[in-house]
This record gives sequence, C-alpha cells and structure tokens, in this order.
Amino acid sequence: MPLLYTFHFYLFGLLAVASALAFVTRKSPVAAALWLVSTMASLAALYVLLDAQFIGIIQVLVYAGAIMVVFLFVVMLLNLGDVGEPSDIKRGALRGAAVFVGLVVLAFLLSTLRDQLPQVPFDQGVMTNAVEPIAEAAFRRYLLAFELTSVLLLAAIVGAVVLAKRRAVAA
Amino acid sequence: MIAEALFFSAILFAIGIVGVLTRRNAIIVFMCVELMLNAVNLSFVALSRLHGVTGQVFVLFVMTVAAAEAAVGLAIVIGVFRHFKSVDLENINLLKG
Repeated sequence: MPLLYTFHFYLFGLLAVASALAFVTRKSPVAAALWLVSTMASLAALYVLLDAQFIGIIQVLVYAGAIMVVFLFVVMLLNLGDVGEPSDIKRGALRGAAVFVGLVVLAFLLSTLRDQLPQVPFDQGVMTNAVEPIAEAAFRRYLLAFELTSVLLLAAIVGAVVLAKRRAVAA
Repeated sequence: MIAEALFFSAILFAIGIVGVLTRRNAIIVFMCVELMLNAVNLSFVALSRLHGVTGQVFVLFVMTVAAAEAAVGLAIVIGVFRHFKSVDLENINLLKG
C-alpha cells in the first residue's frame, strides 16, 4: 500500500466527516448547504481512490452540482436563514437523546463491521477503462431497472411541477 | 482500505441521523437525508471492490432516486411554506390529532 495513497484516503475521509459535522451544527441553511457540498466533494475523491472514477464524476456533477444547487435555490427562494432568527437546532433533552441515538447506531454499525468484514488484501487496482464495466452492467444486466428510472424521473418532474405550481383559484 | 471506507461511511450515516433528529428546519432535514444516502453510496462503492461492479450500478440508481426525492421533497417544502409561512417542522402538525 503506497503511503501517499493511504494519506490521501484518510485526508479526504476525515475531511468528509469534519464537513459533515460542520454541516449539522451550522445555524444558517446556506452555510450548512455549502458544508454539505464540501462533504460530497470529499466523497467524490474517495470514490476515485476506490477505483470508481465514473461514480466520482457523477457525484460532483449530480450531487455537488445539481442537487445542492436546487437546495440552495429553494433556501434563497423562501428567503430563509435570517441572521436574527433563533437557531433551529433542538435544545436540551431532545438534542441529547438524538445524539445518543446516533451513537447507538454508530456502535451497532461498527460492531457489525468488525465482525463481518471479509479480510481480503486490498490491491490498488490498475487504472482500466472507467466507464465500460459500469455501462456493460447498466445496459445489459440491469437494463430494465435503468429504463424504469426514466419513468421515476418523469413522475418526479410532473409531481414537482404539480406540487409547486401556484393554484389558479385559491382554495 | 475497504474497512476504512466502511468506517467513514458508518460515521457519516450516524451524523446524518443526528442531523435528522436535531434539526427543525425542513430543508436541513432533507439535506441530512441526502447525507445518509451519500454514506450508503460510499459503502456500495467500497464493497464493489469486493463484489464487482454491481455496487456502482446501484449507486447510480440511488443517485437517481435521490434527485427525484429532492425535486418532489423541495416542491412539498415550497407548498408547506406557502401554507404555514414557515418551514419549521414543529409548526407542521396537521396530522398530530
């Protein structure tokens, strides 16, 4: 395992976790969204390090690009995040309980991980064609599912337009 | 490195859960759900090193569903904001009885 590879892996992993922590603790929705973009960019770097270059690029384009822009767009459209507003983070016992639940889930996941992870040597894969294997799988074996996602997207578009459209006659 | 990736994935997922439970702003709750989806995607990509490219195809599907969910969810948030003049989840209690 090259040292530089390990260093980059931990760097981007810790960057993702730190940005995620900053994301859940920021008061302003805009700051939170920008920290989430940072998390997603770090995750894209991790994907590339794990030899999923195509997924890494899609992550930057779709998640960090498109989806987060939609979120920011709505935040600004609704004019949220005034500096004078009180923080929306719950206080006291509720927050403690939420953190407790998070820690329990984390402990559960980590214990599962330790017990059931297969011990295999990790070889840093040789850079092959980044798109071909995934296209092969998506357009042959999972072609039906792939085509069905287009129906899902169509339904989402129609649904979003219907929901967000201003009613012509006020109810 | 697969173990480390799954470790980071577990941490991100837990952070997402804490965010969903602690925030009252509906849009930030949505973003926390996106964070949890991303954590799962990291697991898929890491395990695709062991089990072949299927995991990566699944990540594509997860991203599609996340995009659809974001579009519909944010449309709902806009509708809710028009009705309540707020996106604070504590105010949205029509179904509370």
